[in-house]
Amino acid sequence: MDSEQLLGVADQVLGWANDDEQVEVVVVHGRDSEVRAYGGEIESLTTAESQGVGIRVIKDSRQGFAYAGTLDSDVLGETLRDARDNATFGTADEFLALTEPDGVEIPKLDLVDPEVTTFPTERKIEMAIELEKMVLAGDPRVVGVEVAEYADAYNTGAVASTTGIRSVGSETSSYVVAYSLTSDGEDTQAGFGYSVGKGPGAIDLDKAAADAVDRGTRLLGATKPKTEKLTIVFDPYVTAQFLSIIAGTLTGDVVLKGRSLFADRMGETVGSPLITLVDDATNPDAFSATEADGEGLATRRTGLIEAGVLQSFLHNSYTARKAKAVSTGSAVRGYSSTPSVGAMALALTPGTKSQAELIADIPNGLLVQGVSGLHSGVNAISGDFSTGAEGLMIRNGELAEPVREFTIASTLQRMLLDVVAVGGDVERLPMSAAGLSLVVSDVTMSGA
Amino acid sequence: MPEVGKPGRQLTSGTNVPEGQNRVALNETEAAFAQYGEKVIEQDLVERTLSHALESGGDFAEVFAEDKTSSSAVFDDGKVEELTSGRSRGVGVRVVVGETTGFAHTADLSETGLLAAAEAAGAAARGGGGGVRTVALTPTTAPRPNEVLVQPNDVPKGTKVGLLERAEAAGRSAGSEITQVMARYGDSRRRILVANSDGIFTGDDQVKTMFSVSCVASGDTGMQTGRETVGHTIGFELFDAHDVEAIARRAATRALTKLAAVPAPSGEMTVVIGKGGGGVLFHEACGHGLEADAIKKQASVFAGQMGNKVASDMVTLIDDGTMSEEWGCYAVDDEGHAAQSNTLIDNGVLTDYMWDLLRAKADGRESSGNGRRQSYQCLPMVRMTNTYVTNGEDDPEDIIASTKNGIYVAQLGGGQVNTVSGDFVFGMTEAYLIEDGKITAPIREGNLIGNGPEVLTRIDALGNDFAMGSPGMCGKDGQGVPVGDGTPTLRVTSLTVGGAAA
Repeated sequence: MDSEQLLGVADQVLGWANDDEQVEVVVVHGRDSEVRAYGGEIESLTTAESQGVGIRVIKDSRQGFAYAGTLDSDVLGETLRDARDNATFGTADEFLALTEPDGVEIPKLDLVDPEVTTFPTERKIEMAIELEKMVLAGDPRVVGVEVAEYADAYNTGAVASTTGIRSVGSETSSYVVAYSLTSDGEDTQAGFGYSVGKGPGAIDLDKAAADAVDRGTRLLGATKPKTEKLTIVFDPYVTAQFLSIIAGTLTGDVVLKGRSLFADRMGETVGSPLITLVDDATNPDAFSATEADGEGLATRRTGLIEAGVLQSFLHNSYTARKAKAVSTGSAVRGYSSTPSVGAMALALTPGTKSQAELIADIPNGLLVQGVSGLHSGVNAISGDFSTGAEGLMIRNGELAEPVREFTIASTLQRMLLDVVAVGGDVERLPMSAAGLSLVVSDVTMSGA
Repeated sequence: MPEVGKPGRQLTSGTNVPEGQNRVALNETEAAFAQYGEKVIEQDLVERTLSHALESGGDFAEVFAEDKTSSSAVFDDGKVEELTSGRSRGVGVRVVVGETTGFAHTADLSETGLLAAAEAAGAAARGGGGGVRTVALTPTTAPRPNEVLVQPNDVPKGTKVGLLERAEAAGRSAGSEITQVMARYGDSRRRILVANSDGIFTGDDQVKTMFSVSCVASGDTGMQTGRETVGHTIGFELFDAHDVEAIARRAATRALTKLAAVPAPSGEMTVVIGKGGGGVLFHEACGHGLEADAIKKQASVFAGQMGNKVASDMVTLIDDGTMSEEWGCYAVDDEGHAAQSNTLIDNGVLTDYMWDLLRAKADGRESSGNGRRQSYQCLPMVRMTNTYVTNGEDDPEDIIASTKNGIYVAQLGGGQVNTVSGDFVFGMTEAYLIEDGKITAPIREGNLIGNGPEVLTRIDALGNDFAMGSPGMCGKDGQGVPVGDGTPTLRVTSLTVGGAAA
């Protein structure tokens, strides 16, 4: 379905709105495909179309919501009735209201690669099979490839409301991912590699294969390290995960509810002067770039931390109204939920050094290649975190023996202050944050 | 712009980790409470769809229809934030030829929609034998694990909201230090129909109800959080057996206790895990590694270990989809196979893996009833149901008293495992120091990490106080399914604790 058809569905629902209520309709349509290769053959080939509608009703300062995974018109009417009925049970809240257009022009970003719609299935299959072959051939210690996959998607979404919001946009994406299995005869490890872009032309199979091989082989023979405090280097992929967690503490909803460790720190120094963090979904190079937020307002660039000083929180229209601020165009949602607040495309201002150059400056340290259980290990209120990790020791400026089965722990506050270098190796990742290497001093590595 | 879920394991969310599986506590994620309608597909249309799917070749075809409805309500920041109603219905069609699976799904349940999906799924089977194949279905039913007494859909919304208000009041009155109470109610009804070219034609009607409370306590040491979740595969009668005020008080007590918490220690130490809580340990330490898809690809440390001793003698591990009312139970799995109780480890010896239909067929055996999927939009794969360790013989008090120093974990949070290396991690959300055989100071949150095969052999005490733990959502390959787990009190001689106190 194209943009006009989605708006048509939204308009149909808005036409049923009563005069004494506000109604907002989100309509989405997606088409995606996925090919997995295994053993030189197609393991699975999936093609799918998805659609959904979410309807929000606000009446007498009460909010109700309902959604459906279909756009059948009998269901649309029923969904509106459910949302309307649900609104009668909400608690009245003077700040509840749908947003109106705020005058910020919706950026025109080129987020659709038309090749996604024309790329032949045969080519997708070839890419997945080729990727598997490349990983297997990459190193004699690669003993298998658990997954080699090509996938792409074409998503269109529309938001329209009785308060004058009317926005629509489309995005495409392609990616490949491989998971290697490696063995040195005794130890077995796994590694992943991927490549992402707006369309198949942007995919770099060599990079995906090389990363999967490298990540899987370099951990072979890893042992549990001794507990010590040292300087660590986060791989770009790990940095991106931490950025997402930090951004989660800078959203208007947790700040207003007193659940953010940064709630009372506006204008204060919260990080090393090397830290400048922005959320900017208008950057067309960002994997998660998008023109409008979940309430149909223009996305925009928000400087969160500037040279270590906390500059702004993220807001949707509700948290902005309540905080007497303005929306930063940060309403995030699927069709099955009301808008929450979140970062869309985080990026740290990069430094100039490559990862190897950063490592060369470290006499005794650790390169963290992966973390696990990060979410369960972070207390977003206190900032305490502890996470399982694996990586390589750094000795005299060079990568040394692999280590695993240990945790790294600190607080988010201390970690931001202890950043001693930011890499220049910006990496585009299939997530809402760009990655780069980050060097943090005095982190506890807990092993034996 | 809102988006339909992008494909793959970890797109759009900045925090998922691509390798490994993870299990999150329910209150940390949106419960996969889904949705749905009334339309039932006629048997003859299902038969035509299957025949159409096999027209261009293929060894096997399957139609999976799902109709799901859900409702949820959240009380936070002193008010009912909103009620949400959800529905979804659709059909996934799978065609298998040789080692290749073609899959397509649609929300269009008309004959046109179904036949188009069948064609798309069958496209992967191009070049196969082809020809006309008639599929005749035989309707069967499997016994339901339990009856549902009160359909949540029949309960007035005001009654559900009333539960939230009572829980919030109880949480707040638990102590003046309680500054925030968040309560969540959720229910879902998922009706499925499964038919395949082997002649299977069956279905299930799965009703789940859950309630969770999260409290924040504020004191001199900052803010601490406590949570409690109750959920079962039953209807609104959940609240006949579970008092929402009691749920709130347990959450509040956890938060209050942690105000006095000391930082978690770091390093290897003896860990005692309280009844119910240890299930997550087994889910991560070996459950995922015993799933036949990981085994078949040699992506598990337990591949090739059948018949070998893999755990301490006292460990008997069972995965049981028939457990009445438990969070991971059902009548039939998402491939139409009746749920079973499967013994995976018997007194320390590995006796079986868990299987779905395709992995079982390839191995010339029956599925173990572990073929599950998040929704009609997903291919099924091998998944756990309710995974538990049976009772041992030790008195739980003796286990603690005989532990000189270590930590006692009363509640675990989410976890994650790398099945290839067996390394796992999970969070502690309520834990205490053990000093001289006594539980002493509460400790702050931290992670426990270990290696599955090593930890299984390091269990040296198992209590006689078996209990199921909190309901969970298990995530694998981007799909979340409800799971349960349970254990008696148990002791691991050495696990690595990762706190910030070093």
